[in-house]
Amino acid sequence: MTGNWIKQSKDAADQHEIKRPVLKNCIKAFLVGGFICFVGQVVTLILILFFPFTEQTASNPTVAIMVFFSMLLTGFGFYQKLGQFAGAGSAVPVTGFGNAVVSAAIEHRSEGLVLGVGGNIFKLAGSVIVFGVISAFFLALIKTILIQIGVI
Amino acid sequence: MLPMFFWAFIVGGFICVIGQLMMDLLKMTPAHTLSTLVVSGAVLEAFGLYEPLIDFAGAGATVPITSFGNALLHGAMQEAEKHGIIGVMTGMFEVTSSGISAAIIFGFIGALIFKPKA
Repeated sequence: MTGNWIKQSKDAADQHEIKRPVLKNCIKAFLVGGFICFVGQVVTLILILFFPFTEQTASNPTVAIMVFFSMLLTGFGFYQKLGQFAGAGSAVPVTGFGNAVVSAAIEHRSEGLVLGVGGNIFKLAGSVIVFGVISAFFLALIKTILIQIGVI
Repeated sequence: MLPMFFWAFIVGGFICVIGQLMMDLLKMTPAHTLSTLVVSGAVLEAFGLYEPLIDFAGAGATVPITSFGNALLHGAMQEAEKHGIIGVMTGMFEVTSSGISAAIIFGFIGALIFKPKA
């Protein structure tokens, strides 16, 4: 009886999984993700027009400013709500990276500045940095060697 | 400049849809999804495909996390051209430093001024 109940609830969970509204989620992700990138483009344009940046150099400060927006939205609790609505739409842009860092830092504040904030600040975002650096390292290594031996 | 806003929205939204599909259909966790996207960005840049996308879509390509992988490889290759293999190490964070620095600085400030939400 008990086993049956567990199996049933597992089946129910599986059914719930299947009923995930993929199309609806994708539309939400598209709209929110697109909107965040649109805001990024506005920031880029402002940097080009009013500050000494060119189209090539403006992307760096844009990222920094987007992370700053993310800190404010995370601190006031808006980004978590946005994340529940938009899924990947708020996670994939760099603001999602900022959100992961800021929310980890705020969450572990009570454990102290060194062990809590310092030790956990990259708890959620660390894997992105690690795999980004590892993949870029090996790709750059291979490419550099190929260029030096004259293949490309 | 106006079409750039349009394409930033479309391309940025489309990259987020790819992420959403990885979460929904492949049942990947957000961390796995983001890590995969970062690696994809680096691989695209290795074949010289990411820079044209930035020229075309602007923030639509620089704001999603894929640009992080692209920028890491871009910085590494820039230095490697000047200093060879060692440049791969020294140039790694040359382009991305602002994103990482901003995340650390604003994360720390955020922890100081905001209280955790229950």
